[in-house]
Amino acid sequence: MTTLQKSGTMIPITITKETVLVVKEQDVVPLRNTVKQCAVKIKMGLVNQTKLITAASELVRNMLRYAKGGAVLVETVSVGRNQGVKLTFQDDGPGIADINQAMQDGFSTGNSLGLGLPGTKRLVNEFDIKSTVGSGTTVTIIKWVNG
Amino acid sequence: MEIVQVLKKRKQNVLKLWLDKQAHDAALNGNPFDEGEINDYVEKLVDTFVDSIENSNIDDIKSADFDAVIELLREVSFKRARQGFSPRETGLFIFSLKESILEVLSDDLKKSKEAIPFIITLSRLMDSLATVTFETFIEGREDVINRQTDEISEISTPVIKVWDGILALPIIGTLDSSRTQTVLENLLQEIVETGSSVAILDISGVPTVDSLVAQHLLKAVSATRLMGAECIISGIRPEIAQTIVYLGIDLSQIVTKSTLASALQHAFRILNLAVRNNDTTKTIKK
Amino acid sequence: MERIPILKMGQFLLVTIQVDLYDRLALDLEADLINAVEKNAAKGVLIDISAVSIVDSFMGRILGNIANMSRLLDAQTVVVGIQPAVAITLVELGLPLTGVRTALNVERGMELLNSLITFDDTTEEWDDDTDNDH
Repeated sequence: MTTLQKSGTMIPITITKETVLVVKEQDVVPLRNTVKQCAVKIKMGLVNQTKLITAASELVRNMLRYAKGGAVLVETVSVGRNQGVKLTFQDDGPGIADINQAMQDGFSTGNSLGLGLPGTKRLVNEFDIKSTVGSGTTVTIIKWVNG
Repeated sequence: MEIVQVLKKRKQNVLKLWLDKQAHDAALNGNPFDEGEINDYVEKLVDTFVDSIENSNIDDIKSADFDAVIELLREVSFKRARQGFSPRETGLFIFSLKESILEVLSDDLKKSKEAIPFIITLSRLMDSLATVTFETFIEGREDVINRQTDEISEISTPVIKVWDGILALPIIGTLDSSRTQTVLENLLQEIVETGSSVAILDISGVPTVDSLVAQHLLKAVSATRLMGAECIISGIRPEIAQTIVYLGIDLSQIVTKSTLASALQHAFRILNLAVRNNDTTKTIKK
Repeated sequence: MERIPILKMGQFLLVTIQVDLYDRLALDLEADLINAVEKNAAKGVLIDISAVSIVDSFMGRILGNIANMSRLLDAQTVVVGIQPAVAITLVELGLPLTGVRTALNVERGMELLNSLITFDDTTEEWDDDTDNDH
């Protein structure tokens, strides 16, 4: 077992992966279940599980609202002996023009509280967002078992 | 290679030499040599190692033939890590096996044409085994650390029921985000189990309160409120009050008290309870 | 179409959410509940979410909406049974539901609603109530 070192951060190794498509509101329920199963499998505590699933809920809602759905890649990953769940939300919607602005508390273009992205970031250990206007948005989050 | 066959014949010599070397190393390090347990492992290791080594697999550590050896090695290094052996001792343990093998075979090797390739492949194999030993040794140490971390986080967050419906939680040490989560989880769970409606967080044992710690405290208060209970923060020392104000942290939304005693009084008031002195000549002013 | 049942108990409406909510279901509940408050002239609404394991910002907002809308119709709302993990997550998310009253369980929630309503009544007109502890 080797872990690659790159610019100070460890690159997680994928253990299992599964893709869930989300195109309508009800699809959020099976997604939550899939995420929960992964979290339980690696013995994640209840609070961290709840934070992870809540974060997934927030991101799926964004995907449905702004991009009419997309695909979620659910992975269990490990770095060294630490395990975690990694979720990748990929859509081909309109994209986000100003990511920095979108990451500020209280900012929202849709009809919500504006807690979406910054709130979600607080719930997980790693949060990465990439977006190109016109071609879509990819959000990646990781929640570690110990973290 | 015939040398592999020679090695199999000399198994007993290897075993004896290896044991000697270890007794020697142990004496050098001033450690008493626990013969019984180590000898068992040494014997088993030499046995399984020499038995599983063949011409076909000597250059392939991933071969399933070596699984038993690796399993044994992992077992012994894990044990050693937990017993507090040094990495040096653990390293010597496996390195001296290589030495023993090469020494025992030295005469045969001098005569053999295959000597150099054999030494190279054997070294590579033994080095892989050494890597396994170290990996497991470190896992063993990490295991010790993890257990201690768990213990510390458990003993450092006791939730005390001070009265029917009143819980107290003395926080000792620094309050970072993972600690806050553990503390909160314990507290909220206890609120559910005891049906308490007041929780007192005592921060007398928290060395400093910066804006981050204050944020954690505010979160704790909000989460307690969501459970339908009230949260009082007690144990605010003068210097902490100063820091809080100088940092511009707003704690006006929460009830703060300087001592656990006054927090308890406040809790009694919330629950409509009164403490009475039975000596009627005196009255305690609440 | 799935719907969450609303029970009437005297002056109060009782909702026990037993399924994991998605947005449409939550919005329907909001509308149904507010209509029921009006139709029954309810004085209080008790929402039990002890079986709900996930409350995200949308559902949090719905709970806040229900509380605010009911208040406009002169009814008090109490949310009960929030699980510890849900409470911690809501706070971390930045959604402490400040406008919503909470209680540990249905029993405590009922007590709270009763006290809120007696308080209202005594302050308004009925002075014959013997309870005057405030």
